[in-house]
Amino acid sequence: MNPLLPVLLVFPLVGALVMHPLRDSPRAAKQVAIGTALVQLALAVVAWSAYSVPAAAAGVRFQLRFVVEWIPAFGTQFALGIDGIALVMIVLTTFLVPILMLFSWEERLPEGRTASGFFALLLATEATLMGVFMATDVFLFYVFFEAMLIPMYFLIGRFGGPRRQYAAVKFFLYSLFGGLIMLASLIGLYVVSAQYLPAGGTFDWAALRTIVPLIPESTQIWLFLGFFLAFAIKAPLVPLHTWLPDAGAEAPIGAGVLLVGVLDKVGTFGFLRYCLPLFPLASVRLAPLVLVLSVIGVLYGALLAVGQKDLSRFVAYTSIAHFGFIALGIFAFSTQAFAGSVLYMVNHGLSTGMLFVMVGLLAARGGSRMITDYGGVSKLAPMLAGCFLLAGLSSLALPGTNSFVSEFLVLVGSYPREPVYTILATVGIIFAALYVLWVYQQTMQGPVRGRAVLAALERSPAGGPGTMIDPAIAASRARSGFPDLCAREIAVLVPLIVAIIVLGFFPGPVLDVVNPSVAATMTEVGLTDPVGGLPR
Amino acid sequence: MTELPEVLPATGTASLAWLLFALPAFGALVLLIAGRRANRWGHLLGVATVAGAFVVGLLIFFDTLALDPDQRTRELSLFQWFAVGGLNVDFGLRIDPLSLTFVLLITGVGALIHLYSVGYMASDPGRRRFFGQLNLFVTAMLLLVLGNNFVMLYLGWEGVGLASYLLIGWYQDRPSAATAAKKAFLMNRIGDVGLAIAIFLLWTNLGTLQYTQVFARVGELSGGVLLAIGLLLLLGACGKSGQFPLQAWLPDAMEGPTPVSALIHAATMVTAGVYLIARTHAIYDLSVQGRLIVAIIGTITLLIGAVIGCAYDDIKKVLAYSTVSQIGYMFLAVGLGPAGYALGIFHLLTHGFFKAGLFLGAGSVMHAMHDEVDMRRFGGLARYLPVTFVTFGLGYLALIGFPFLSGYYSKDRIIEAAFAQEGWQGWVFGGLATLAAGLTAFYMTRLVLMTFFGERRWKQLQTADGQDYHPHESPAVMTIPMIVLALGSIGAGAVLSAVGLVDWLAPSVGELVEPEGVGAVPHAAVPWLVVAISALGVLIAWLTVGRHRVPVERPAHVSLPVRAARRDLYANAINETLIARPGIWLTRALVYFDNRGVDGLVNGLAAGLGGSSGRLRRLQTGFVRSYALSMLGGSVLVIGALLAVVLT
Repeated sequence: MNPLLPVLLVFPLVGALVMHPLRDSPRAAKQVAIGTALVQLALAVVAWSAYSVPAAAAGVRFQLRFVVEWIPAFGTQFALGIDGIALVMIVLTTFLVPILMLFSWEERLPEGRTASGFFALLLATEATLMGVFMATDVFLFYVFFEAMLIPMYFLIGRFGGPRRQYAAVKFFLYSLFGGLIMLASLIGLYVVSAQYLPAGGTFDWAALRTIVPLIPESTQIWLFLGFFLAFAIKAPLVPLHTWLPDAGAEAPIGAGVLLVGVLDKVGTFGFLRYCLPLFPLASVRLAPLVLVLSVIGVLYGALLAVGQKDLSRFVAYTSIAHFGFIALGIFAFSTQAFAGSVLYMVNHGLSTGMLFVMVGLLAARGGSRMITDYGGVSKLAPMLAGCFLLAGLSSLALPGTNSFVSEFLVLVGSYPREPVYTILATVGIIFAALYVLWVYQQTMQGPVRGRAVLAALERSPAGGPGTMIDPAIAASRARSGFPDLCAREIAVLVPLIVAIIVLGFFPGPVLDVVNPSVAATMTEVGLTDPVGGLPR
Repeated sequence: MTELPEVLPATGTASLAWLLFALPAFGALVLLIAGRRANRWGHLLGVATVAGAFVVGLLIFFDTLALDPDQRTRELSLFQWFAVGGLNVDFGLRIDPLSLTFVLLITGVGALIHLYSVGYMASDPGRRRFFGQLNLFVTAMLLLVLGNNFVMLYLGWEGVGLASYLLIGWYQDRPSAATAAKKAFLMNRIGDVGLAIAIFLLWTNLGTLQYTQVFARVGELSGGVLLAIGLLLLLGACGKSGQFPLQAWLPDAMEGPTPVSALIHAATMVTAGVYLIARTHAIYDLSVQGRLIVAIIGTITLLIGAVIGCAYDDIKKVLAYSTVSQIGYMFLAVGLGPAGYALGIFHLLTHGFFKAGLFLGAGSVMHAMHDEVDMRRFGGLARYLPVTFVTFGLGYLALIGFPFLSGYYSKDRIIEAAFAQEGWQGWVFGGLATLAAGLTAFYMTRLVLMTFFGERRWKQLQTADGQDYHPHESPAVMTIPMIVLALGSIGAGAVLSAVGLVDWLAPSVGELVEPEGVGAVPHAAVPWLVVAISALGVLIAWLTVGRHRVPVERPAHVSLPVRAARRDLYANAINETLIARPGIWLTRALVYFDNRGVDGLVNGLAAGLGGSSGRLRRLQTGFVRSYALSMLGGSVLVIGALLAVVLT
């Protein structure tokens, strides 16, 4: 039994608890928090190196397993283990958390809230995410799936924007609704398994896999729908998406990155880990429904992104479009599309994370998230504008950035089986260019304008009548009123930029880890690749 | 179908091919990251990296030239980009006559234009960044032509789109520049969708994206699939090359600095569509209909460009429409199939010289005239800008096909090949191409007359900021590139004919099939016909523009054709009415629908539940009303689902 996974699960919680006595010294609390997050990242790297790709290719479904008895009466165990897909999601999470902690270092919190509380909740969210990705027992997964709502609810509801209560409750209710329906399916699955297994019902993923061929399609469809609904709310597929723009807009940026960047991926992760392998017949039968929703998501999300006035909502709608691509890849059933979707989950975390951070950096200067409150920022803060453009280019999947490889794999892998849906989704890349460049033009290009920018310049200390005459004075005043990136902000962005570019040209390490697991998923669905399949 | 060459691994000098794109990539990286520290030497680094790439290109060129023609196609695999299942995408280069021809054009003309920009951008505070973006463009363009598979092509394809976007929007204080940049990127992306779907089709049907394997196996494709791929590739080519119906972005792209117009929007990037069709000739060889449509698109575009070019007064826009029109000739050529691939590339090269030279000349005129572009405000500049006048004049003569200058060789051969087509095609393609040659002569003569001859209209005028015009010749750093390109305008056609460009290209695009028999017009008569029509165009320009005073204000009451041409033959109006405005409405309607419809439904449901839970609260303590109700709802569903499962 390898203790690495339980350590990864518990360590952030320990960090969060240690911070409790430090609530009156925010600086120390923040240092503890980021220290914990960095150690956690190191632990994830250890897990990466401990994970054996050849073993996975040889058919070992889960590695680094840790299993103890939990509630024998239910046939449920405290079982942890990872495959390549879970591993890259864990690394993504642990990579993002320290970055967004550094970003939130000087976050202006609502009155009466302490930094220690905020950071502790971030660590708690991280811990529940670890659990979701590691669980190999379906019931244990469900527990973490629901548990992850709690810290996120408080992050939005206590630390968010003006309508935080509304957004947090909406997020909570949506998720709880999905979760409870999943619980129903879960119990159904247990009952079904009891019919086929002599030893009684079980929640163990691997044991359930053995009885999958016995479950008739009609039963699979009912059980599938329960899981699917929960995941489709989480990953939001249209029309179950409306909680995301509100939650994304009201959440503090740090929590928003975690929410959209990782937490929502639990939905698409769930499709791959639970829907497809446990209910293969239902997955194939209901794929057209999911594909329609995916393509609607790609086009609808992109068009709505164009029409947004608030930058955070804009990012949320772009994510809805991206989730459409991911779901398309998953339900097109090919190795390339699966691998593309998993890589997309990682890349979207990076590019949307960076886009959210850029919105946060703008808001920290202008105090507003409205697009029309900004204009001509590139004249005042060229580095900030350049980073915003890079994040946008990654979002529109420009070749050379990380997202291109994943979007290409999704589309090229989906085409052989689903040409019509793929063509429609490909048209979405035009809209992606439109929403990114439109927002960039409005906020960054052109003459300096916009209420937030002008107000920030007014507030700057070097003001005065001289600015009208002397361009040097005007320039220095502009710099102090609407400063370019500072050292801390550069430190936040550099890891993201490096990851975006490096994964654009060298996605190999991630794909190597993912490939055996997606190949296994392909086998579990019981289909073969339409083109370019692996030799079996 | 033409025979495909054997592909060998690159060794010796050719294994240095990675330096071709690595040098400008290094320059771009340094210049875009270094910050103000690099302001003093940044532009020099920018020039040096491209010049260095040109030297490497020359070395590889001579190395290749020493080989037998059937050994000139080589590949250099650098690393595995990504691989899943049977899909294996190589970060690899294909070094063959076609790619080397483009490498020399891109780095050669590119180095000259970089040099010119040192002078042209001297007073721009962002000059270092400008060179960084220009280097980025060269990197992407080289990847486009050097890639050995379709994904590499796509990498370069969108990479040049990005560089073009950044550089068109260079003067971003002007809202029109930012809008033009966005428009260029979007219209390019429409084309990119075509290219992408063509790639998906190739993968689906052949299971590979490597050029070598795709071209070797195109024979397995059915006619319908071949036609579909041909048309989708053509859509991509139209987007990048500003061909009908995606031509409207190219004239707007003139918002960028003039060196950008010369390099990206005349000599190199916009010819990528021609490259694409020549590169994938194995597909078009087998698809007669696909080829025919390429030729039709080319013919429509060469005519559109020439007609609109006659109506504009903006010197850069006239040159831009001239570019649209000349690339139309290249599309017509490659659309003729084996009888034209090499001719299209030939015209592309000579055009690269003279059009880049013309743009640099126009930049020199603007440099002298406070960035004025309205030709009605020019006049009589030949005396003040002698070097510009002579170099521009040579480029002009080359463009209109003056005998024995560059354009004469390349354009005439395209028109000959067009006339040699069978049936109606010969008459239509040849006839319209000849007509457009006459129009070309007209609008270019008009441009030269209005700019360099006649009354000095600027004498009575003032610049936008209220100063007098003081025209002056540009510094040597700008005139030297103009002189070099002018030499190319004179000699490139004759030299390339003499050294056998067509044979050099044969391993890449197949042997040129000379027209057989008598087409629509006897072979020998074509040059005479074209020269006569062009002379007529010059004469009409002289009669209408040269002999009369040119009014400074643009005449408002003009004939219907002129009005239509001034409005780009309504291309923008059509785009606006059919796409842009409905798109805005759709977006607004969807936002409303999402807020009121989808979310409204959800909130209405929640409010209904909230109301009932409010009633519940009166009975109970009611602190966790939402939870309680959700639990209740959940439990009902649990029981329902369990029943459903057990009963089945």
